[in-house]
Amino acid sequence: MIQVDVRGFSCPEPLIRTRNALKGLSEGETLEILVDTVTSRENVRRFLMTKKFSIEIEELGDGFKIVAQK
Amino acid sequence: MSDRLTRFFGSRWGIIITGGVIGLLAALLQKAGNPPNMGICVACFERDIAGALGLHRAAVVQYIRPEIIAFVLGSMIAALVFKEFKSRLGSAPIIRFFLGILAMIGGLVFLGCPWRAILRLAGGDLNAILGLLGLTSGISVGVYFLKNGYTLGRSRPAPAIAGWIMPLIMVSLLVLLIFAPQFSEGGPIFFSESGPGSMAAPVIISLAAGLVIGFLAQRTRFCTMGSIRDVILMGDTHLISGVGALLVVAFVTNLILGQVHVGLVSQPVAHSNHLWNFMGMVLAGLAFALAGGCPGRQLFLSGEGDGDAAIFVLGMIVGAGISHNFGLAGRPDSIVDGVLSVGGTSIYGQIAVILGIVFCVILGFSAREKL
Repeated sequence: MIQVDVRGFSCPEPLIRTRNALKGLSEGETLEILVDTVTSRENVRRFLMTKKFSIEIEELGDGFKIVAQK
Repeated sequence: MSDRLTRFFGSRWGIIITGGVIGLLAALLQKAGNPPNMGICVACFERDIAGALGLHRAAVVQYIRPEIIAFVLGSMIAALVFKEFKSRLGSAPIIRFFLGILAMIGGLVFLGCPWRAILRLAGGDLNAILGLLGLTSGISVGVYFLKNGYTLGRSRPAPAIAGWIMPLIMVSLLVLLIFAPQFSEGGPIFFSESGPGSMAAPVIISLAAGLVIGFLAQRTRFCTMGSIRDVILMGDTHLISGVGALLVVAFVTNLILGQVHVGLVSQPVAHSNHLWNFMGMVLAGLAFALAGGCPGRQLFLSGEGDGDAAIFVLGMIVGAGISHNFGLAGRPDSIVDGVLSVGGTSIYGQIAVILGIVFCVILGFSAREKL
């Protein structure tokens, strides 16, 4: 499992960091992304959907956890 | 319901409708009294506010523009309704303030922000093409830095009151607009009696249009800089479909209203000095890219509690004061005794733009984190 914490970064850094994390992801491995705003959540979600990931979103106290798996 | 609406606003139709509404309202605001090809201009309108407060004394551009107030408040309402209002700050505020100053200096050399560049094009002002090319070039340089690890660091959750400061400033401006007190003899609040600052749609119309735009833009994350950046960075055409809709709808509405005058010289509140139309927007585009949003987007973010965006906005307002006090702002084309005098910027304006670009490049290389 790879976890990326992009909380607090302004647009488009959450996406860039998510994209970079994909490079180190092996087949079937889970990617967890921590985001702090709905904007980041939606941007990352949209990006991962285009990359054909299945996505689950969990609400945390200070943001969201996006769990993605291909 | 709230989730479904959020998904709709996040969809391609959501952003296209938002861009279309902005284009329509901008053209109508011009018809209702706003300056030509300036139905909405975030940079120009913030500059007018700086003038009204006496931060500069260019007598033709002083007015407390209700649209700016309403953009922030409309965004605030949307953020509250959808429970997204979140007070946060702390991502290199002094750099963001300085980027705001530089963005305004660049924008005023061109005479407009990205929104106005598109609206100028929609009104037939072909000089806008140079501005948009400059904007794209500046953003491209910003994307290069972003790809190589440029970052201003994280913001952090802040006490709630931090997020309320910007909406509070806007409410205060509204009070000053309505009551127009004179604080001292020959002092502010100033309202232009001639020139672009004297041309304005009725306050209530400007407020209503601004609230609608602020609400929609907060929901859809409409951003002109981001639209170009996303295409270059990711090949993502989501945001740019909204900007395209803005251009098309504004152009068609302008055609219907007889507001299209195609040409290069003597366009309203514009100059045809190609080099400096281009260079001014290179600086603005680069500064917007390094700060993460166009001036409109920074206003909307400041309405949802983002203190760093608020700092950028304040930087732009201070930058307008600097631009006009030091003669950096663009001078429009004019006809003197029947002869065209091409405008542009002063030597000081040219130096400021070059130094601004140099600063941004140094920032882009130095504010880096290994990814």
